[in-house]
Parts: sequence; structure tokens; C-alpha cells
Amino acid sequence: MKYFKSWFLLSIFLFIFWLLLAGTDLQELIVGIAVSILISSILVKNISVFDDIKISLKAFICTIVYICIFMVELIKSNFDVAFRVLHPKLPINPGIVKVRTELKSKLGRIILANSITLTPGTLTVEIQEDYYYIHWIDVTAEDIDRSTELIVKKFEKYLEVIFG
Amino acid sequence: MMLAGALITFLGAAFLLLGSIGLLRMPDVYNRMQAGTKTSTLGSILFLIGIAVGFGFKVFIAKILILILFILITNPISSHTLARAAHFFGIELTESTVRDNLKEDEEGDR
Repeated sequence: MKYFKSWFLLSIFLFIFWLLLAGTDLQELIVGIAVSILISSILVKNISVFDDIKISLKAFICTIVYICIFMVELIKSNFDVAFRVLHPKLPINPGIVKVRTELKSKLGRIILANSITLTPGTLTVEIQEDYYYIHWIDVTAEDIDRSTELIVKKFEKYLEVIFG
Repeated sequence: MMLAGALITFLGAAFLLLGSIGLLRMPDVYNRMQAGTKTSTLGSILFLIGIAVGFGFKVFIAKILILILFILITNPISSHTLARAAHFFGIELTESTVRDNLKEDEEGDR
């Protein structure tokens, strides 16, 4: 029972992957289901990535909202780069700042670091324990708390619901 | 349909062009990486979406979804690794840099 959630998520994940690659022929579907269940039964004890994910309606809604916010931020960051690059004076004010995260799960931290890299003007350089060191192209905050609020909070509140 | 796909692909190409102008104009490694990562991610995604739209959402759209997923996962990780390596190799930040908390903390540890 301990491994059930991990086993279930891994099977679903493998099956969706198979579906995307192989298409929706009936024979291929049956083989896909069988092989997904077989592989996840063999590997379930060694895979800890899925332990942190919560299965609930709230987590699902938060995932959708998170993907939407992430896409908007990605597009915003591209226009931000475009503005800075095309501006004749090259308006940058760079620096490496330190921010704190409340997330405990590994997968959540990876996703947070990736999201930070793809949002306007920030690039994750190093992770040490609870702190991220972030190269910020336009430093506007003085201390840790303020920069944490500006960079991390908009993603963290959703990731906290998804990963706990 | 082909026209819409071509327009989306063109937009992606425009972002990639801006990214490469950024590579030329930015003063140091980290700022260049910022310009490169963001524009290449959205640029490639728009390219792929443009192909999907242009050919009318056929079966291979599933493969395009997989490609987009992998670009979103791998692109930030590679730039993070490069930036980290550059910092620990000791490549200096540009002169207009405001502050460097990571360097301060490392010197504090010693």
C-alpha cells in the first residue's frame, strides 16, 4: 500500500508517454497498458520521484493554473529580453541575489528552479540547502525577504499545494 | 492554415534573432545566458507549434508535444549548469554589477 501511489502515477505516466508516441490503435493500447504496469511493478521500489505529488482536485486545479501562469511568464520574459536588447542604452542592472524557498520536495525544487530560469530577468546559478542564488538582470530589491517575494512567491504558492 | 503556421514560425524566428542580438550586445556570460535561454526556449516552441498548425494538427502533434515538454525541461537545466560552472570557474561579472551574494557567502565560509 505504501508504494501504491507511486506505482499508480508511474503507470499512468508511462502509458501517456506510450500513447503520445504510438497513437491509438487497439492492439497497441493493450500492449501499452500491459507493459506500463509491468515496468512500474518492477521499478516502483527504486523510484522516489513521485512520492511528493499529491493526488487531489485542488492539486489538479493548481497544476492547470500553474501551467497558465508559467506560459504567461515565459512570453513576458521574451518581450523583456527583446526590450532590453533593442534599447539603445542597454538598460541592465545585474547582480546575484539570494532567495529562500519553503519547498521541501526535490521534484518541486527542480521545477521551481526551472521556472525561475524562464521568468523575466532571472537565472538560477546555484542551490545550497534552502537558498537559491539567482542572477538577476535588473536588481530592484535590497534584502533576501524582498527578493524572495518578488521572484519566488508567485510560483511557490502553487507548487506548495501540488507537492506539499 | 499554412499562412497561420508560417506566421507563428516567423514569430519564433524573430525571437531567436533577438536572442542572438542579445548574445552580441550583453556585457558578460551571465547576461548573455539570460538572453540565450529565454529566447531559444520560446523560439523553438513557436517553431514547433507553427509546424503543427501549418500541417493541420495531424497525428504527429503528439510528438511535437513531447518535444515541447523536453525543451521545457532540458533548456533551463543546461543554462543553469553552464552558469554554475562559469561562476565556480571564476569568470567575473560585468563592471555594472550591483552585488554578488554568492561570492560574499563563499568568502564568508573560508
